[in-house]
Amino acid sequence: MADHAVVADDVVDLSRRKFLTRATIATGAVGAAFAAVPFIESWMPSERARAQGEPVQVDLSKLEAGQMITPVWRKQPIYVVRRTPDMVQRIAGHNADLKDPDSKDSTQPAYAKNETRSRTAEILVLVGICTHLGCLPKQRFSAGELYPSWPGGFFCPCHGSRFDLAGRVFTGSPASINLRVPPYSYPNEHTLLVGAEEKGPA
Amino acid sequence: MAANSADTADAKGGLWAWINKRLPVTEFIREQLTGYYAPKNFNIWYFFGSLALVVLVLQLVTGIFLTMFYKVGETTSFDSVEYIMREVNFGWLIRYLHSTGASAFFIVVYLHMFRAFLYGSYRKPRELLWLFGMAVYLALMAEAFMGYVLPWGNMSFWGAQVIVNLFGTIPGIGPVLVEWIRGDYGIADATLNRFFALHVVAIPLGLLLLVALHLVALRRTGSNNPDGIEIKDKVGPDGKPLDGIPFHPYYTVKDVVGIAVFFILLAIIVFFVPTFGGLFLEAPNFEPANPMSTPEHIAPVWYFTPFYAILRAVPDQRMGALLMFFAVVVFLFVPWLDRSPAKSIRYKGLPSKVALTLFAVSFVVLGYLGLQPAEGLYVVLARIFAVIYFLFFILMPWYSPIGAKPVPERVVYHAH
Repeated sequence: MADHAVVADDVVDLSRRKFLTRATIATGAVGAAFAAVPFIESWMPSERARAQGEPVQVDLSKLEAGQMITPVWRKQPIYVVRRTPDMVQRIAGHNADLKDPDSKDSTQPAYAKNETRSRTAEILVLVGICTHLGCLPKQRFSAGELYPSWPGGFFCPCHGSRFDLAGRVFTGSPASINLRVPPYSYPNEHTLLVGAEEKGPA
Repeated sequence: MAANSADTADAKGGLWAWINKRLPVTEFIREQLTGYYAPKNFNIWYFFGSLALVVLVLQLVTGIFLTMFYKVGETTSFDSVEYIMREVNFGWLIRYLHSTGASAFFIVVYLHMFRAFLYGSYRKPRELLWLFGMAVYLALMAEAFMGYVLPWGNMSFWGAQVIVNLFGTIPGIGPVLVEWIRGDYGIADATLNRFFALHVVAIPLGLLLLVALHLVALRRTGSNNPDGIEIKDKVGPDGKPLDGIPFHPYYTVKDVVGIAVFFILLAIIVFFVPTFGGLFLEAPNFEPANPMSTPEHIAPVWYFTPFYAILRAVPDQRMGALLMFFAVVVFLFVPWLDRSPAKSIRYKGLPSKVALTLFAVSFVVLGYLGLQPAEGLYVVLARIFAVIYFLFFILMPWYSPIGAKPVPERVVYHAH
């Protein structure tokens, strides 16, 4: 009986209760955030997807001048073009019409951040995915193919982005940056290794 | 004693009373249907809310049956859809009902939303009702997009590629976010599999919840009407709105007529023009997905084309994606942008009428332009109509109060 009386008279400490409630909610929220991590992580590329993304070897011995082959690396078509001397010349002379002529805002390895956007002027290696929204740009290599002053390059049929023979984007295209250059290397004269540099896989 | 009287009541009323003692069925019918008063001046625009509910049920039922035959996976999806179309008994019918139902859903929802613009149904006190409706619309867009990926046709693949890459334009986290959504370095089996889970389980659950909230909010405020007057303000001696009539039987019967007309139109499309000239099902989607070949011309299904036209009209990709996003999100702010003293277009001034007409025209024209290639005159027109589209919203606080007429005390109603 006496115990009940004590409880009834006891004053509830509201600030203490408020603090405990808030502390419980905060702890619960932190716990929920941690519990969400495995579920969110599960959406990242799986071990299998990553294993299938290993470097790809390309035989260049049968690639004729002026032609393009498209091997696949990491589910992306890779454009490999053996540029003719004429095509190399047509890269220069229209810098004023380009959004990013010096590839400052674009994605490429350091060894491709030059005028031809490649290790050697002859071979061009690009990720064949439009930097706008991911369509495959089509080859329009001949000068004047799209319009009289067209220096040759790539044209995306989806939203009309235009790129030159070094994959640099022209002004007036919805794409904002140049076509990406993947990491690549030449283990020997006739072999291109996409996805790996001398020091190992990218 | 109490137990005894309950027993007698059970014995007297039979099964019906037995159930009502345990579940408030009669009460529910009285409160939600026979005792729920809706304005008596509803017109044809008020069919589309209940029709949206009917289409939702149609999609759930046909969708459940499609999952019984569909096999998710990059090597099996396309073939299993062909299997449904050719070999499952009445599979073609179930699949065409589902694909036509998707377009029907958007037709109904767009008309339902236009009704809200006509009569100011989003205005105070119905702002939350409007926001829940918009949430339903956003969920529906996600649901439709992922559903379109599942047949794994070539347009499925490239549509997914374009839409998922939109997230890549977000500064900083963009590239990682895209990889996270895809679960691979390109649109792949992992992407297809998770879209299936979202399309079949997660988003439908969310949709049902949002539709329920939309309806609860509607019951709280009551329906608006073509005059934009609150019928609750004028009640008779019995406490019931003078301009209201019980939802059941008056509007249930009216809605049944609307549903019958809807199913006639749906049947005509399903049986005679299921692809609707490439608008409901696009030709490239009858080829399997091919990551090495972009279709000559990528266009989303018609219900997304107004926004797609805005995306392509902007020469800068980040700005384009941002404006497209804004074109959808701007609807959320309409309840606070409209400053007219009158809710309904009937009592708004000429500027509001002109603006709404121009907006409706620009939405349709942008929808057409989104289906065309992004070149020449099409791009110029898309830019002009995108500007009109946004001006409708941005200038609304200024033009909406101009020339408003006095609103009548009671609804305008002519007995038939």
